[in-house]
Amino acid sequence: MIYLQLFFSFLQIGAFSFGGGYAAMPLIQAQIVDGHQWLTALEFTNLITISQMTPGPIAVNAATFVGTQIAGPLGAVAATVGCILPSCFFVTALAYVYTKYRKLDLLQGALGALRPAVVALIAQAGIDILVTAVFVNGHVSLDLGNVSVRAAVWFVLGLVLLRKTKLGAVPVMVLCGALEAVVSMVLGRG
Amino acid sequence: MEKKSTVLKKLFFSTFSLSMFTFGGGYVIISLMKTKFVDQLHWIDEEEMLDMTAIAQSSPGAIAVNGAIVVGYKLAGLPGVLVSVFGAVLPPMVILSIVSLCYDAFIANPVVASVLKGMESGISAVIVSVVWDMGAGIVKQKSVFSAAIMIGSFLACMVWKVNVVLIILTAAALGIVRTLVAEKRGRRK
Repeated sequence: MIYLQLFFSFLQIGAFSFGGGYAAMPLIQAQIVDGHQWLTALEFTNLITISQMTPGPIAVNAATFVGTQIAGPLGAVAATVGCILPSCFFVTALAYVYTKYRKLDLLQGALGALRPAVVALIAQAGIDILVTAVFVNGHVSLDLGNVSVRAAVWFVLGLVLLRKTKLGAVPVMVLCGALEAVVSMVLGRG
Repeated sequence: MEKKSTVLKKLFFSTFSLSMFTFGGGYVIISLMKTKFVDQLHWIDEEEMLDMTAIAQSSPGAIAVNGAIVVGYKLAGLPGVLVSVFGAVLPPMVILSIVSLCYDAFIANPVVASVLKGMESGISAVIVSVVWDMGAGIVKQKSVFSAAIMIGSFLACMVWKVNVVLIILTAAALGIVRTLVAEKRGRRK
């Protein structure tokens, strides 16, 4: 049943994404793009882009988006409930343990080792998104016809702006989008 | 403190408005929560808020949702959890439902499609920049253990295509073993 599948997929995403922000991204990708193939790599990239532009956590945004696309409003509810259920249990239990013992050594030890792993996983998901953006057919190859030169230029420009100026993520993304729209209009093709 | 139904109502509207107007992820919402619940409403004291932030960050899931849960639990128990989670989740649900319903018409528009195409490059740059900062933070620890986990995890997912959940569980288990060993050594000294 599709509602149960959505529920359990997002249950796993909710239960194993530690560290907030982009930490959910590799898990969403594994479940939604690679596993169930509910979204294509391009749709996934668009979803992450939209998530950046709208309020709310990436995982909740993804749950609503994928749920609605796959099974309508009820699908969105099933996916979202799955996504936040682990949080409800874990945080409440932790709040209880914390008020009682005020000691979270083991948890902090686990988290210390999770942080570098999460960085690596986000890097991997980021590389996939970069490949989708820069290579026309979505695979790395040195064939020049397969490289979108404009996309590569916007990427480098965006990275330089982010590192060298105080511009935030959303202005940089909007700028890249506007540049591509203007240039493709001027050239008369997409 | 005020009547319970008043607290629940205020809790709902607080988490709802925080979630509605917060762009930029969990760490932003935590500092806004502090402003709201510590500085404005005086429902939570500063030190408690620090502990609650630690709990929200240590738990799996979105930090904004975790923050709402821990604040709700502290202020009104389980009904508080339900009310504040509902308030925090409602705005993104409504907005993304609308986006999702309009997505096909939206994406068929050539101007929108080329804006999104350009933004793909933008989001790639954002993620690379985030990873850069996070990776530099790990390298700065000068810990062989952390570096090994980072490189091992990267190879595991990129080259060997190991399941993401398995990588996370392995890293957590290694961290727990390491803490236990360190504690044992500490006791022997």
